[in-house]
Amino acid sequence: MHELALMAELQQLAQVQAHRAGAQRIHRLRLRLGAAAGVNPEALHQAFAVLVSDANAGQLWRGAQLELVPVPVRCDCSHCEQPFSPQDPIHACPRCGQLSARVLTGRELELVALEVS
Amino acid sequence: MCGHCGCTEASGVRAAHAPSEGSRWLALHQSLLGRNDAQADRNRAHFRARGLLSLNLLSAPGSGKTALLEQLARRWPQPPIAVIVGDLATDNDARRLRAAGARAVQIRTGDLCHLEADLVARALRQLDLEGVDLLVIENVGNLVCPTGFDLGEDLRLALLAVGEGEDKPLKYPALYRSADAVVLNKIDLMAVMNFDHHQAVANLRAIAPAAALLELSARNGAGVEGLISWLQQRQRQLQQRVGPDGRRP
Repeated sequence: MHELALMAELQQLAQVQAHRAGAQRIHRLRLRLGAAAGVNPEALHQAFAVLVSDANAGQLWRGAQLELVPVPVRCDCSHCEQPFSPQDPIHACPRCGQLSARVLTGRELELVALEVS
Repeated sequence: MCGHCGCTEASGVRAAHAPSEGSRWLALHQSLLGRNDAQADRNRAHFRARGLLSLNLLSAPGSGKTALLEQLARRWPQPPIAVIVGDLATDNDARRLRAAGARAVQIRTGDLCHLEADLVARALRQLDLEGVDLLVIENVGNLVCPTGFDLGEDLRLALLAVGEGEDKPLKYPALYRSADAVVLNKIDLMAVMNFDHHQAVANLRAIAPAAALLELSARNGAGVEGLISWLQQRQRQLQQRVGPDGRRP
């Protein structure tokens, strides 16, 4: 459950930004989540529910929602010099079959934006 | 543009809901791993300045991480080695490693299922690194959670032990893919475990095509010299490289 540690980080980042903007409420958080980030979306939602319901979180977080924006895995084929989207954990190029050791996207864990008031 | 944060449609971000009344969007684009990664970079600079080769050792519980480190502690050409060892509880591993001649500090993580860069930085303050040229960070035994957390290491070693199942790299691809080298341990048990070596290597190659593959038995010591040679080679390469601050370490 490293998702809890990641949620604690998200809480910290969001609170700092909300306070800096003079906001009283956080309504929504948008998080880009790479398919190869090693994070389970369900566990992330559960950890977020704990965060929002925490008595210490108070008014700032009341009713806040987490939106996950999935980012698919993209690899680079060094033979074809073309990117591709692997269909399973083995990152074989669909054109030439060569295995790719370069993941271009899919590891994202990025807090994109906060909706506040 | 998604209309709220200045990002592009190509990044896959779209406005899924209209904003609530009277609200506004703040664009952030901050990684949840950003703070950890910054501390990892500081750790790495610290290691570079000392000319240390640093390793992050990862595997499931029971794959033989500590047994392998006992071998390294006894056989590393320039002893002692330093070890930071993470476990949920007990300091058994640190005591074992000290008995083998290593300078070892135990991090008891409590509930935390992985090590983070700031835990390593704190442990470093308790370690005397004078005369040490190899530091190993033995991560918590876990094939999922430690993967995304950079500790500042130069190299990542993942262990796979005979008896764990030939398809483990396929089941936990992210960890094995992140490794610079995969060490197949407990090769002395291959016959008794009826281990399909060919299949295990094929699976490892499919998931981590660029990783070095080393085979050994931490119990009887076979193959440990091969790992030591590989580490020394990487250490020389690292020392020849100019550091990120423009100076040679």
